[in-house]
Formats: sequence, C-alpha cells, structure tokens
Amino acid sequence: MSATIANANQTPARTGGRKPKFAVVRFPGSNCDQDAYFVVKDVLGCPVEYIWHQDTSLKGIDIVILPGGFSYGDYLRTGAVARFSPIMEAVRAHAERGGFVLGICNGFQVLCEAHLLPGALVRNTSCQFRCKMTHLRVENNETPFTRAYAPGQVLRIPIAHGEGRYVCDDETLRALEEGRRILFRYVDAKGTPTPESNPNGSVANIAGIANAHFNVLGMMPHPERASETILDSADGRGVFESLVQAAQMAMK
Amino acid sequence: MPQVKVVITLKPTLLDAQGRVVQDALHSLGYANVEQVRIGKYMELELSPNDNGDIETEVKEMCDRLLANPVIENYRFEVVK
Repeated sequence: MSATIANANQTPARTGGRKPKFAVVRFPGSNCDQDAYFVVKDVLGCPVEYIWHQDTSLKGIDIVILPGGFSYGDYLRTGAVARFSPIMEAVRAHAERGGFVLGICNGFQVLCEAHLLPGALVRNTSCQFRCKMTHLRVENNETPFTRAYAPGQVLRIPIAHGEGRYVCDDETLRALEEGRRILFRYVDAKGTPTPESNPNGSVANIAGIANAHFNVLGMMPHPERASETILDSADGRGVFESLVQAAQMAMK
Repeated sequence: MPQVKVVITLKPTLLDAQGRVVQDALHSLGYANVEQVRIGKYMELELSPNDNGDIETEVKEMCDRLLANPVIENYRFEVVK
C-alpha cells in the first residue's frame, strides 16, 4: 500500500497526533446519550465509549460527556441523585486533573448539583417545557469548547428543557462575567440578547458557562442535535471540534 | 421511632414560577386576596429507633448534602420522638 493511499484512508486530523477518546456517561434516564455518541463516532470520527453510571473508572479517556435526559427521573431536583452516582467521583477527579468535561442539558444540571459549576438550574419562568431552535452568541471563543468559532458568532442550536433557568447569586454572576466564563448567551437572530430571545428566564441570558479553569462546560442547548446540515443546523459541531483540537494540543 | 419532618422552600429572592401559576389560578377562582404563593417540598423521614447518634446534626447533613440545594433552597426540620 502506498503512502498516498494510507493517508487517504485516514480522516484528516486538524492538528495531527492521536485522536482524543471520548466517554458518554449513561445514567438511568439519559436519553441524548446515543446522539452524543453518534456525533463523536460518525461525524467527528473519534473513538468513543459508553460508561455506565455504576462504573468507577473512566478508563483513560480524554473527554467526558454528560448527556441530556432525565437522570433518575429528575426526582428531588434535576441532577440531584445522579450527582452521587459512583462514576461522578471519577468525573470529579478527571476535572480536577484538568480533563475536559462537557455537560449538555441534564448534564449541565448534574454538574451544578455536583458543584463542578456554580449556580443552579430551576424551572423555566414560563413553567413550560421549551423544545425549539434558539440563537446563541459565542461570548468567548478563546476556550477549549469554543475555539472553532469566531468571536461573537451567532449559532442556531436547539433547546429541549423544562428546567433551564440558570440562577446564581450576584457575586457568582460577577465572577462569571469578569472571568469571561459565560461562553454562550441566548440572543435574537441578529445576535442581541433580549428578554424575548431568553427561552427560560436565565439570569443575563446565560445558556452555557465554564469553570474557572475552562475545562468544564455546562450548556442547556443541545450541540449534538445540531451537528449535521441534514438536521437543519451544523452549528453545534464546533463545540466538539473545539474539544478535539484542545485535547490534541494538550497531548503535545 | 423518631420521625423527622423536613420542609424545603425556594429562597425568597428566587422567582417561584410554579407558585405564580397557582396564584393566578386562585385569582381566577375569585380569591383576589392571595398576594403570593410559594411552593416547597415536605418530607417525612422515619429513623431507626436504636439510633443513638445526634439526630439533629445528621439530618442537617442530609439536608445540606442531598435533600436541599443550598444555592436555591432553604430548609427547616423538626424531630418528633
């Protein structure tokens, strides 16, 4: 086999090197796990495996995804019980080592309950379950989750939640703003944050935040549902592509 | 058998979206004097009778760790012996 053919068989990697390995954690009641798995494996071409919530090891993976769903039926509070799953100790250790963690929707709720992210997610102001396309503005593109985007880029990514109203105290909000840790805000089609474009009543139109070290992201919108043009929008793919680039940089 | 009654409420600074819907419903039933409704949670815990530990301290820990989320909720409880 010639070198040319060998190269042609490889999916071109953006920065070269080994492809990062993803894990999708499955809790009882997770329901976006297969979508996330599909995007990583079939759209990005990266290795990925499911990890059951009762497992205690992440088996050397680089990037953890906590998917959307209704873990433990949302009993007590969203994410409150999932937080104590055995795998969460490994997720916490991974995050503390600087490993990447992406929490989507219910995954965001779990990360807040686990105190890996500040604040909490409560019932939408409308009291309605909102399932629709939203516009998001990239507030900080100098992070491992957003480096594939342009500054201020407006994305079309859908939401599907009843409890996505992000709340926190004033001090936390100030820290998030000053640290540029708000990565996504709900905006209108022109890119302006307005009360009408805020689907759940989140403080400061917050759709996604990172921890202080920028290796943990929680977001209510579903980038895995907007990663191929056949699904109306491929704008969410940038989150996963950013992570692949960032993980490959970290390996060097 | 010691019983613990736990009441969990949303912090007063937080908008209670559910409470507002119930308030509107009460208004539409004619109870115009209802100025605010706040919805919380009520739990009863039955503890084993031979528990000689400090129940108050233990229940407080349960509330802080799981039963309530201190970021958004307040709690109070009473122990009935």
